[in-house]
Amino acid sequence: MAVYKRTYTTYAGPLTPPRTRFLVLPRYCYERLFQSRFLTGFLVACFFFPLGCAGYIYLVNNLSVFTSMGVPAPEFLKIDSSFFRFLMNFQGAMAYILTALIGPSLIAPDLANNALPTYFSRPFSRTEYVIGKVSVLFILLSIITWVPGVLLFILQVSQAGGDWLSNNWFILRAVVLGQVAWILLLSLLSVALSAWVKWKVVAGALILGVFGIGAGLAGIINSILRTDYGAMIDLSRIMYTIWSDQLNIETSTGLEPFEAWLSFIAVCVICLLMLERKIRPKEIVR
Amino acid sequence: MSTTPDAVIQLDNLSVTLGSRLILNQLQVELKGRTIGLLGPNGAGKSTLINTLLGFYAPSCGTARVFGYDVNKDTRHVRSLIGYMPENDSFIADMNAVTFIRMMGELSGLPPETALERAHECLFYVGLGEARYRKLGTYSLGMKQLAKLAQAIVHGPKLVILDEPTNGLDPPARRRMLKMIREMRDNAGMRIVLCSHLLRDVEDTCEEVIILKGGSIVHYADLEAERRANKRFVELETVGDDEGFAAAMESLGATCAMAGKGRWKMVLPAEFSFRDLFKVASEKDLELRRLNYRKDTLEDIFLKAMNQ
Repeated sequence: MAVYKRTYTTYAGPLTPPRTRFLVLPRYCYERLFQSRFLTGFLVACFFFPLGCAGYIYLVNNLSVFTSMGVPAPEFLKIDSSFFRFLMNFQGAMAYILTALIGPSLIAPDLANNALPTYFSRPFSRTEYVIGKVSVLFILLSIITWVPGVLLFILQVSQAGGDWLSNNWFILRAVVLGQVAWILLLSLLSVALSAWVKWKVVAGALILGVFGIGAGLAGIINSILRTDYGAMIDLSRIMYTIWSDQLNIETSTGLEPFEAWLSFIAVCVICLLMLERKIRPKEIVR
Repeated sequence: MSTTPDAVIQLDNLSVTLGSRLILNQLQVELKGRTIGLLGPNGAGKSTLINTLLGFYAPSCGTARVFGYDVNKDTRHVRSLIGYMPENDSFIADMNAVTFIRMMGELSGLPPETALERAHECLFYVGLGEARYRKLGTYSLGMKQLAKLAQAIVHGPKLVILDEPTNGLDPPARRRMLKMIREMRDNAGMRIVLCSHLLRDVEDTCEEVIILKGGSIVHYADLEAERRANKRFVELETVGDDEGFAAAMESLGATCAMAGKGRWKMVLPAEFSFRDLFKVASEKDLELRRLNYRKDTLEDIFLKAMNQ
C-alpha cells in the first residue's frame, strides 16, 4: 500500500544494536557536510601531499633513474624519521584547518536549535552523543593523517625491504600514535568549543585562535618568569614534542616528553569537563 | 509502593530538587488511564515532572516508574518506551522534515530503511506529507507542532508525552491535533500524557487528570469514572408555591437542594426523563423559568484546586 494511504501503526520489528547507534550521527553529519563543494574540494586537496610523498618514496628507492641519466644520485635523498615528521606536520596542519571548517557545525546547531531534549528523550545517552560527534572528525581526520602515513610506511617497506623495517619500525608506531593523539586533541577541542559558543563563526575562529592564544601566552609566561614551563599551554609545541619523541628525534621545544603528555591529558580532561557541563538535555538554572 | 502491572505512571514520594530549590514535593499517585492530563499554573512543576519521567532530572528522593520501570535505574529502557513532544522548538532548522525524523527514528533503534519508511508514514499521518522535503526552519508554528508530533511517534512508542501540543494552532488545526491524539489512543493503543494550559483540550481527550500546584498534587480526578457515573446536574428556577415539589422529585429518584428562593439544584438519576420533571411542575402549578443542565467542568475543578 502506498505510504500516503497508510494509517499510523505501532512498530514491533527488529531494532539496531544500541552500541552502534552513535554511528548514526556521523552518517547524517557527512551527508550535510559534503553538500559543500568547498569542503569536498579541500578534502580531496588533502591527499595531494601524500601522493607526492608516494612518488618521492618511489624515486628515492629507485635511484638507478639518476645513474641511467648519468647523474650521480644525491645523498640527501633518504626516507627516515625526519621525512615522516615532515609528513605528520603537513597533514597535521591540513587536519587543523579541516577541523576549523567542520568542528563548529557539529554541536553548535544542536544547541542553537535546542535539539538536545529531542536526542536525549530517546534511548541515546550523552556519552553516545559526544562519541558520535567526535567520531565525525575522528574518521575524517584519520583518512587524511595516519591512514596515508601508514600506507606510505608500507610503500617504503615494500621498496626498501626488511632491513629498513627492522631499523625503523618505531616510525609506524609514531605515525599512528602521534596522529591519533593529534586527532583526539583537535576533535575534543572543537566539539567542546562548539558546545560553549553557539554561533558557528565564533566557534570556528575560537578553534583557530586557541592555538595562537596558547602560543602567545606561553611566550609571555616564559619571558616574564624566565622559564620553559609556559610551553605547557602551547598546544602546537606540545604535539611537536610528542611527535619528535615518538620518532626519536632530538628537539628543543623546552618541554620534556612526559610534560607534553601531561599537558595533552590535561587539555583532553578540560575538554571533557566542558562537554559534561554543557551537553545536557535541560540546563538547570540555579 | 509495589509496582502495579497496568499502571502507566507510578510516583512514590517523588521529590525533585534543582539547585537548592525543591521543585516537586513528595508526589504520590498511580495513573492507569489511557490519556492522562497534567494541569497546573506556571511554575507548578509540570515540566519538571515530565523531565523527571524522561530521566533528565534525578529524583532527590522517592521513585518514578513508567510501565513499572524505574526512570532513574532503567532510563534507557524507559526512554525506548516513550515518545516526547517538547513544548519549544527542538530540531535542526536546516534539515528537512524527512531526514530529521528518519534520524530520530534511527537513534531510537529503527533500521535505516524502516526509519525512512516510517518517517514518510508519520509525516503523512500528521498532515505534513506534501511539505516533508521542506526545511524545518521554513515551517509555520502549526507545522512545527505537527513535525514535533511526528518525531515523537516515529518509533512507535507505548507512551507519548505531549507538552502543550495545541500551542500556536488555529482552531481547525487544534481540532485536528486533538482528533489525532484520540486516534492514537483508540487505534494505536498508545498511552498519552497531555500537559496543557487549555482545560478544554484536557477535558476533551483525557481520562485521568492530576493538578499540580507549588510542586504538589492538589487534585486527582478520574474523568472517565465521572463520565461513567453519568450524573446529571440540573439548576432550576421556579415561580409559584413550590411546597411539596422537592418531595415529589425525590420520590422519582432525584436529589434536591434549595439554593435560594425558587432556585433548586438537583442531581437526576441516569434513567430520569425530563418529561417527569415537567409533569411534576404542572401538577404543582409551578412555572419553570430556567432549567440549566450542568455538572462541574474541569475548569470548576481546576479553580477549586487552585483555591485550596
